[in-house]
Amino acid sequence: MLKTEVIDIEKVRADFPILKREVHGKRLVYLDNAATTQKPQQVIDALVDFYSRYNSNVHRSVHTLGEEATAAYEASRAKVARFVGSVPRELVFVRGTTEATNLVRFAWGEKNVKAGDVLVTTLMEHHSNIVPWQLLARSKGATLKFVGLKPDGTLDMASFEALLKEAPKMVAVTHCSNVLGTINDVAAICAKAHSAGATTVVDGAQSVPHMPVDIAAIGSDFYAFSGHKMLGPTGIGALVARKQLLEEMDPFNSGGEMIREVFLDHSTWNEVPYKFEGGTVNIADSIGLGAAVDYLTSLGMAKVREHEVRLLDYALQTLSELKGFKVYGPGDVAKRGGVISFNLADVHPHDLATILDEEGVAIRSGHHCAQPLMNWLDVAATSRASFHVYNSYDDVDALKAGLQKAGAIFKV
Amino acid sequence: MSSADIYKELILDYYRNPKNFGKLEKFDIDARDTNPLCGDELEMQIRVGEGRKIEEIKFTGKGCAISQASASMLTELAKGKPLDWVKQLSKEDVFKMLGNPDLGPSRVKCALLGMKVLKIGVYGYLGAQYEDPDPTL
Repeated sequence: MLKTEVIDIEKVRADFPILKREVHGKRLVYLDNAATTQKPQQVIDALVDFYSRYNSNVHRSVHTLGEEATAAYEASRAKVARFVGSVPRELVFVRGTTEATNLVRFAWGEKNVKAGDVLVTTLMEHHSNIVPWQLLARSKGATLKFVGLKPDGTLDMASFEALLKEAPKMVAVTHCSNVLGTINDVAAICAKAHSAGATTVVDGAQSVPHMPVDIAAIGSDFYAFSGHKMLGPTGIGALVARKQLLEEMDPFNSGGEMIREVFLDHSTWNEVPYKFEGGTVNIADSIGLGAAVDYLTSLGMAKVREHEVRLLDYALQTLSELKGFKVYGPGDVAKRGGVISFNLADVHPHDLATILDEEGVAIRSGHHCAQPLMNWLDVAATSRASFHVYNSYDDVDALKAGLQKAGAIFKV
Repeated sequence: MSSADIYKELILDYYRNPKNFGKLEKFDIDARDTNPLCGDELEMQIRVGEGRKIEEIKFTGKGCAISQASASMLTELAKGKPLDWVKQLSKEDVFKMLGNPDLGPSRVKCALLGMKVLKIGVYGYLGAQYEDPDPTL
């Protein structure tokens, strides 16, 4: 097996039980990591360990199991916070990036956005960083405006600067596009947005799993990401926010856990971040996410990134030899995440995905929850291959062979 | 499933050179639907003739080979048939028309999008509501 020589690929692959399975009698080549990643045994073990040894509710039960569960849950919060350059007090556990942006919409937006305000997002966003702001704008009589893109799939900073002159209330931007792979300079964007008086929201769903992220250095007001795209379980993610903002905001999910005192006519709120964690929290998956963070930390995020850059570099070179192959997004691998969106002549991505599946190769096909971007690209859909730590050059070769087969079937 | 089995010459031919592709100037039925899963889009227009027969039928759309070929072949099959024929049309008929390819659950939706649009249009014209038998399929 050809190695990127950045990480020990055989050792890593042995940690992922699912990679041993076959699909249609072929070795599974999993290249749908931007949608969700596979889980190492260490994460699976953490979940099984919780449920078989110390399953209990957190924060209220004073018995041994309750104390152990609470300690593990809070230790996980601390780990995840440290992993992204934050502190536990500023990290709210949520279901995922979508819940995080919706939390901002309700808990911050309802209180702070007024009629006539301008909200800004970009044309390269996932629907989870567009639709909440559309709904917020509609309910408040505000206007949602979009930063445009340059032909190479990077943000048009001139259009961003022009929108800043309208004194937007909020600027929401992705750290890394799930379609184009474009890595945005979110530190610079947040600094400019703050100078214009805007509150900033960064979608980190495709950055935190793939590269070192330091939210303190980025300086965003809100930063959201999902656990299941970073080797962790589904149903858990985080919203990292400045403590002062969290304290000023009203609760999102109200009920148990998030209160301090409840009277018949009013209630007072628990301290942050618990104020935003109403109801019984997702204890097991939070602990599983902590195990995923341990796993990634042991590999080193700089190495994870370098591994993906090498795969990306190799893939862009070898795949561009295919007849009819068209790739979207920046050509410079230093400026893109491990995501390749492409089309092969007039073969529809769904047909391509079906043919590749027969070869054991799992890719994504469709609009990738980014329809405004598809319209900008003037395509109905694209195919997308995306990498993580367990992918190798062999996986890229398998993708290429599958695409060659598709090309032959469709007589490209 | 075998992709060579699915993507027969016939399907590819209809995908690249669809029959009855386009719009009608005069029509009595105009129906459209999308497959949100993959973004396939389809619109069908029908002119109803004497004896409530499908006198003219055309479609436009964009999507995968299976959805577009299936829609095109269906328009050929439907032309000249009475509207009641559309009510009798079953998914088995569509599979048979396509040569009974072995499709997975998500691709079955692509194959049946044409039939769905046809039924939405014709049922609406007849004053009835077409209910997708299993929208979660």
